[in-house]
Amino acid sequence: MKPPPFQYVAPTSVAEAVELLGAHADDDARALAGGQSLVPLMNFRLAQPSYLIDLRRIEELTRIRSAGETLVIGAMVRQSHAEHAPEVALITPLLAEALGYVAHPPIRNIGTVGGSIAHADPAAELPAVAVALEAELVVVGPQGARTIPAAEFFVGPFSTAIEAGEILTEVRVPRRAGGHAFVEFARTHGNFALVGVASVIELDGDTIARASIAMSGVAPAPVRATAAERALTGTAPDDASIRAAVDATIAQLSPSGDVHGSTETRTDIARSYLRRGIELALARAQDRR
Amino acid sequence: MVKHDVTLTVNGRLSTVSVEPRKLLVDVLREDLGLTGTHIGCEHGVCGTCTVLRDGESIRSCTTFAVQVDGARIRTVEGLAKGAELHPLQDEFWDKQGLQCGYCTPGMLMRACEIIEQNPDVTHDQVREGIASNLCRCTGYQFITEAVCAAAARMKADSDTPTGAQA
Amino acid sequence: MTTVDRPDAPPVRTHKQSRNWVGKSIRRVEDPKFLRGRGGYIGDMTVTGMLHAAVLRSPHAHARITGIDTAEALGAPGVHAVITGAQAAELCDPLPDFGPDPAKHTWRCLALDKVRYVGEGVAVVVAESRYLAEDALALIDVDYEPLPAVVDPERALQDGAPLVHDDLGSNCAYERTFDFGDVEKDFAEAEVIVTDRLRWRRSGGQPLETVGALADFDHATGQLTVHTNSLSFTSYLFMVAGTMKIPANKLDIRPVPAGGSFGSKLFATKPAVIAGMCSREVGRPVQYLEDRVDNISNCDHHGSDRVYDVRLAVMRDGTLRGIDIDTVDDYGAYIQFGVGHHGNALAQVVGPYAMTSVRYRVRAAMTNKNQQGAYRGFGSEVNNWMLEQMVDKAARELDLDPVDIRRRNFIREFPHFIPTGNVYDSGDYDAVLDKALELSEYKHWRAFQAKAREEGRYIGIGLITAQERSVFSATEFWFWFDEPGAPVTSMPESVTLKVDATGGITATLYSCAFWGNSPETMVAQLVAEEFDCDPHSVSIVYQGSKNGLPATGPGGSRTTVMLAGAVEGATAKIKAKALRAAAHLLEANPDDMEWVDGGFQVRGVPEQRKSLADIAVMLHLFKHSFPEDMESGLEDSKVFDHPYTTMPSADRKDLGVFYPFMGHACHVPVVEVDIETGSVSFLSYAAVHDCGTLVNPRSLAGHIVGGTAQGIGTALYEEFVYDEDGQLLTSSYLDYLIPSAMEVPELKIGHHETPSPYTLHGIKGGGEGGRMMAPAAINVAVNDALAHLGVRVTELPITPDRLRAAIRAAESARDSG
Repeated sequence: MKPPPFQYVAPTSVAEAVELLGAHADDDARALAGGQSLVPLMNFRLAQPSYLIDLRRIEELTRIRSAGETLVIGAMVRQSHAEHAPEVALITPLLAEALGYVAHPPIRNIGTVGGSIAHADPAAELPAVAVALEAELVVVGPQGARTIPAAEFFVGPFSTAIEAGEILTEVRVPRRAGGHAFVEFARTHGNFALVGVASVIELDGDTIARASIAMSGVAPAPVRATAAERALTGTAPDDASIRAAVDATIAQLSPSGDVHGSTETRTDIARSYLRRGIELALARAQDRR
Repeated sequence: MVKHDVTLTVNGRLSTVSVEPRKLLVDVLREDLGLTGTHIGCEHGVCGTCTVLRDGESIRSCTTFAVQVDGARIRTVEGLAKGAELHPLQDEFWDKQGLQCGYCTPGMLMRACEIIEQNPDVTHDQVREGIASNLCRCTGYQFITEAVCAAAARMKADSDTPTGAQA
Repeated sequence: MTTVDRPDAPPVRTHKQSRNWVGKSIRRVEDPKFLRGRGGYIGDMTVTGMLHAAVLRSPHAHARITGIDTAEALGAPGVHAVITGAQAAELCDPLPDFGPDPAKHTWRCLALDKVRYVGEGVAVVVAESRYLAEDALALIDVDYEPLPAVVDPERALQDGAPLVHDDLGSNCAYERTFDFGDVEKDFAEAEVIVTDRLRWRRSGGQPLETVGALADFDHATGQLTVHTNSLSFTSYLFMVAGTMKIPANKLDIRPVPAGGSFGSKLFATKPAVIAGMCSREVGRPVQYLEDRVDNISNCDHHGSDRVYDVRLAVMRDGTLRGIDIDTVDDYGAYIQFGVGHHGNALAQVVGPYAMTSVRYRVRAAMTNKNQQGAYRGFGSEVNNWMLEQMVDKAARELDLDPVDIRRRNFIREFPHFIPTGNVYDSGDYDAVLDKALELSEYKHWRAFQAKAREEGRYIGIGLITAQERSVFSATEFWFWFDEPGAPVTSMPESVTLKVDATGGITATLYSCAFWGNSPETMVAQLVAEEFDCDPHSVSIVYQGSKNGLPATGPGGSRTTVMLAGAVEGATAKIKAKALRAAAHLLEANPDDMEWVDGGFQVRGVPEQRKSLADIAVMLHLFKHSFPEDMESGLEDSKVFDHPYTTMPSADRKDLGVFYPFMGHACHVPVVEVDIETGSVSFLSYAAVHDCGTLVNPRSLAGHIVGGTAQGIGTALYEEFVYDEDGQLLTSSYLDYLIPSAMEVPELKIGHHETPSPYTLHGIKGGGEGGRMMAPAAINVAVNDALAHLGVRVTELPITPDRLRAAIRAAESARDSG
């Protein structure tokens, strides 16, 4: 299981990387972040890019900074770095919690935040978090930079709104008040999840002022649990109303089955974990009051 | 295919190798540098038998191209013992029988090394969760966990002992 | 009842009461090299001029190969050769095969004419690196004519199913029904007949190191030298030479340590043959290492894959009378070891229970999957699971306590012959059960379970008591046939001990590559026990097959018992010579001398003494100090044959003694089932084993935990899944799920020691026990958690999908009821 040959370059600026990507478009050029999704695919020879542009030398992509109420994470920030960064814990604890579920520490030590988001695995944690938090993704291409809302970014399995010739450079995550929770169900520790749920719930007294919930693993791309959000918002939740809110979203889902679970089983698990995610976020929101 | 020079400081020793960009770090360690202690198990990043430390942090050397770690400090199992003297982790693995076939052992040792270096007060449960990144097919993990905990305690006791106090 | 006169058992041995080294958890002598990353595994070997091979795998489950174009691959950079299945069939004969009728289900190193499973080798490329070899694989153009695949074993046996082997004429490679004891009477007299249909799906050993070989064919001498991590059955290596079409005395297979086997490297000859064939073609050394996908899809060592229809004859008081087992086993596309796996089942088919009759029908189905080989338990673990599910069901139907029904039926007198003819040499099942009840805090957990149920938690306790056979005999591979082709009876193990001029001891092992078991530690401790030396001072070497003594290698938990016998035999010869030498040097009568603390001395006169080193230096260097007939040196060997086997009866109503050293265990897992997701977690796990006298208790404990971890995999996570078209859906570790440290609980381990009357020190084998118990125990536990919901799981592994489906079915049955 050895990867096919390719040409390799490691530029030091985004501009240079974009230029190289354009110049080698005919070679199926691809950006290489941490490689923890791409290299296994290449070892299986399921991906055979003939030109890899390694972004690791681009300093500006390796920083985390806060801009007002927004956390700006460079695409090449390593997952373990973000997981343990104080500013991430402070501004977006949901992201910090979700990062702890991304594979295992040795993968997170080289895997990047941007790499996971750009890879857009429907079962992955970070895309769901981006959708729940209404993050913005900054991409840079020959025409310059543009900003894409997470809701429009994830198009399908392993498919995003990044156009040919563009590179994901930043993930911009707004601070959110309230209680957060990331929960997921994986068959074995650190393996791909069947279902993940990213939630933030904001309370006004006993009433839910705002709920943002996204799910992974239940559709070709992460989905907002809008029916549940709507059902919860403005209510003082109890067990029955949470279950009803969950059912409202679950009724709209039809996850595709595979070797780890039929559509029915995945739906059952999604129902259970959506409820657990809401309950945990709610409990944390209540603790914060 | 154009070869690239890759400079690595492996177990404290500086080496430059000229390799194809597709060459996996594990193969550079094993074939170009002769360090066969780092093993190949699954070549898709799941089993962890290829685990090495890159600048003190564990990575999978089977899903990392050597060119990606150009300039890095790499530690492998060969760097643990000091001559005849085993590293406390190696010694405790031996004492507790934290290995049977020995194949996952180098990766497990390097991961355990990182766990202890990051948290000298690591608990039993944290060790168990920590080593879940690496598969072992022989031991069922129990004696590995015991060994890592025992090594952590020993390393902490050693580091708490002021230099020269033993003399 | 018996239709044979049973030959006498071997003499009952008296065991030493105090031992210096046997029974101590010393540090293993194997470990320092592995801890330092200097294991010397097959992938670590490199020799000058070595080339690398990679195999092109079939993407089809069943297809005719109508053409292969290798021209482009041959022209690719660094490629030295491309060999297709058709060319390989010219270069090599079929692979060694102990199957029922190899001419009708012929197995080759690469597929000829048609492929029979996804992953089967079609061609091999030899190139300067594995990278270049894989590049060239992509350039081979194979034309396939897809054929309908048959995947379900019962469907395979029906008329009109696609034929895996046309020459076989059906997909049934073997079928026979055996009656042992008076089955009709037991079932006629039974007050209750418990029936069930059970399904055990395939998992496998999946060692983290794959199988590999480095072959070097020397055209000058005609000699083929192969280093491989799979040396076993040295006595049968003439078959590999036959495959290679070379004289048996021109083949040398040399062992290297294996990074785990769990059975799956048992006589794994295909990689050696592929590497040997390639080396002979290119005239250079060739290394072939399976990669992970090769090992999952093409290792020839998938585990059992059985459907059971079972009837259990029971009395209302819980007395078990007889069992009627009808099983279909999905062997995949070939059947290299025949139905030997069912011999393992028949060795302990009635478990620890005093049942009087057994009917056993077995059908071996051929399907479009990778074939079965060996996996820790070799089919006995499946029988344990089946039997314990039946006993558990009987207890529920009769409203009996699961502990009581087991205890009521325990065998208590030994040696005990079970209906199949095999013997249980010794045991104390009550003692093991008592210890397990205490260690597991069984009463506490029953109370906890009741309380948790009120809180809506689903806790289950899975108590099982089951057997752990050890030390197989060759008969189990051929007693299936009235006229077996090769009714062989030899399965020896050999050891050479050499005492050098300084008194240092070196032990040579044959056919006994290190597999993750502890052959060196076992031999070192046994030698230390015999010679009163430090086990870490004993040097151990492994000899290749050429010039090697007859030997079989690990398998069926035989290593320690067999090595002990060989060490004992070699020691006796050496001590006899040493005694004569010492007596001569001391001018004493040998009859007046005794072995004391590492030397011979005149009884009662400690100053009249020669240490082993004193004797050795004289024997090595001072020939003229001894009588004319004494040769220089102090070295001897023992070829130790199986200490207790007997022949089957002609009518096969009694299979004879073939697996006599019978261990026993009681496992008590406590699980919690998350009924919303169908996942299972452990709250507690206790395991008490009796493997006779322990040599190194910690090593045995390691086997128990490790085997249990694999049993957890089999019970909950691991399955080679083929879809209805024969596509393998679990060809990586993303989908074939091996338990991590977070899926395996801490075990509480207890040992009980009932020595075997027939082996040195009373040792029994114990390498497989964890996996032989855990699947049964976990299944019982899950059913215990959910019984009140009307859920009974009868299929392994118990995945979220299967468990949720069962729960949904029970819910809808309740709703409609």
